[in-house]
Amino acid sequence: MKVALFVPCYVDQFYPQVAIATLEVLEKQGVTVVYPTRQTCCGQPMANSGFEHLATGCNENFVESFADCDYIVSPSGSCVLHIKDHLHVDGAEEKTASIRQRTYELVEFLTDVLQVKTLTSRFPHRVGLHQSCHGQRGLKLSQMSELVAPPFSKTGQLLGLVEGLELVQLNRADECCGFGGTFCVAEEAVSVKMGKDRVADHQAHGAAFITGNDMSCLMHLDGILRRQNSPTKIVHVAEILNAW
Amino acid sequence: MVSPSHPRQDHATLAEKFNRDEARVDWHDKTLWFIREKRDRAARTLPEWEDLREAASQIKNRVLDNLRDYLLQFEAQAQRNGVTVHWAANAEEHNQIVHRIIQQAGVTNIVKSKSMLTEECHLNDYLQEKGITVVDTDLGERIVQLAGESPSHIVLPCIHWKKEEIGELFHKHLGTPAGNADPKFLTGAAREHLRQRFMTSRVAITGVNFAVAETGEVVVCTNEGNADLGVQLADVHIACMGIEKIIPERKDLGIFLRLLARSATGQPVTTYSSHFRRPRVGQTMHIVLVDNGRSARLQEESFRNALKCIRCGACMNTCPVYRRSGGHSYHYAIAGPIGAILAPALDMKQHADLPFASTLCGSCTHVCPVKINIHEQLYDWRQVLARQGYVGGVKKLGLMGMAAVLARPRIYRWSGALGRWFMKHMPALVNNRLNPWYKQREMPAVPRQSFQEWYRQNRQQHGQQR
Repeated sequence: MKVALFVPCYVDQFYPQVAIATLEVLEKQGVTVVYPTRQTCCGQPMANSGFEHLATGCNENFVESFADCDYIVSPSGSCVLHIKDHLHVDGAEEKTASIRQRTYELVEFLTDVLQVKTLTSRFPHRVGLHQSCHGQRGLKLSQMSELVAPPFSKTGQLLGLVEGLELVQLNRADECCGFGGTFCVAEEAVSVKMGKDRVADHQAHGAAFITGNDMSCLMHLDGILRRQNSPTKIVHVAEILNAW
Repeated sequence: MVSPSHPRQDHATLAEKFNRDEARVDWHDKTLWFIREKRDRAARTLPEWEDLREAASQIKNRVLDNLRDYLLQFEAQAQRNGVTVHWAANAEEHNQIVHRIIQQAGVTNIVKSKSMLTEECHLNDYLQEKGITVVDTDLGERIVQLAGESPSHIVLPCIHWKKEEIGELFHKHLGTPAGNADPKFLTGAAREHLRQRFMTSRVAITGVNFAVAETGEVVVCTNEGNADLGVQLADVHIACMGIEKIIPERKDLGIFLRLLARSATGQPVTTYSSHFRRPRVGQTMHIVLVDNGRSARLQEESFRNALKCIRCGACMNTCPVYRRSGGHSYHYAIAGPIGAILAPALDMKQHADLPFASTLCGSCTHVCPVKINIHEQLYDWRQVLARQGYVGGVKKLGLMGMAAVLARPRIYRWSGALGRWFMKHMPALVNNRLNPWYKQREMPAVPRQSFQEWYRQNRQQHGQQR
């Protein structure tokens, strides 16, 4: 099985440790991982701002980078959802359809494809799980509170396998953190207020760490936590799964 | 009233103002979240909830696919019941028709129960200019009317008002004792005040929640009985509705009434579900069917199913942005996520900011009782608005630059390294007040190397030089 690692641009630039953890978690599962070095970005920043048509170059580059592998795995629900919903290159419909189908967020790849039942990881802390919206409602990584349907959580399932980890309950299990791509600067006031409220929910329940499947949400929450000089830290779920 | 005619501030600016009083934002957020949770509990009492949503969605799809036929069937039935049916192509025609009926009745004072359509058409302003006084009889609507405001929520028009403020408002307008903010007392005072209007008004306007094609009747849902009281005491009943309010058969109400009340307020059913089928002896009844852009929208594949909306307001209560920006920040009769996809269809230029007042979290789509894909439409509206040139030049330039870099792997690597170098060595370049991120958040710490640099150094056997 050949897995290509898709590292979101801002993770590449600001959170290399998250990409390294993703790579190592996959390798620990016996998977051969390659990292196509010409990759840049999924094109979501342009598309979510209304400029899907400016993302053509990005999309072409993505297709060239990832055409040749069994699976494409990424530590980001949001970027994966964007690829799955919107990757398009004129004249390469078959290729893009195949890529869209083969692209997985890290957690769902571990639970659904590799069907991981045990982990050798240890993280003896109280942890709050931030359910990023695109992963949750888009990729269905966990059940959403809006629906009358049985609960499940793929991320929760994996975190349950981590030694010493104590998952805290939140008042609002799946409220958006307010990052929202360019929303975080275009609607700065509301974005920050949403982030502050999310952080407060985790703090009120004694979380030492806030984790999640998307570094973008966590970057936003981290910016707020550090401005508050809060002892609460953020950590990507890949880092927890890779911790010992 | 918020006037649409002169330039106004965009959602982000109005939301920023709303956020200057953080305690108030917290109160507004919690009040609406309470209703969202009440809705969750009410929905969970019905194991068949998701089936009901699917059924409602399919019925509404069928209505939209056959709207012409259903409308003609409804008109014929209503006429058979002795109702006069009017067709209005737009807001202006609607207002003229209503005005003409009031003129024929020879009155200058009328009562009106809740109708988002008349808000959409700015009927109150229109009639006011013609010398006709309209009293809104829904308590929440009366409160915002006394305050000279428009509703901030389609189901809970004065949800942004605290009871103490309503006490003050009533003291000023209705002469209640200063400092009395007891909700029961204030409701009683409003009832006394409205009763006089009910007793003296010979024309009553109502909205319409559902119009049944099979029978020609209209159904109006209220919790206060104000629609009934107005209609039963008046000589003339005018029911105003958008053409999308049609449902095929009476039995469909068994689905829609259950969904509507639970989604809106978490009640099992509204206190009054009033069926108006024919005028009583001596009364005349009019139904005004309004298009106002709806048939044009029906032809747009991406946006047509917004017409399935039953105006329950669940998408507002769940929306984390609405709860923290207030209904008036949307500067349109219908606020929140549904307003943000309806408003640009009416006027792209005026409402180009609204589809961007969202994080695309998708909660709206999944509370929607008729399964409107609201967040996907927000995304699609953004594409339309950008292509038509309604998205700001600075944003566009920035994104063009970004797109150019991200399409070229080598330039991307080079600019990433350069950017990180500047952030590390000259942090003032980004840590300043021109950077909206930095205003209330720290920038991410800059790592020693990117993942790609690490990978080339540590993993790539046949890669480029270290």
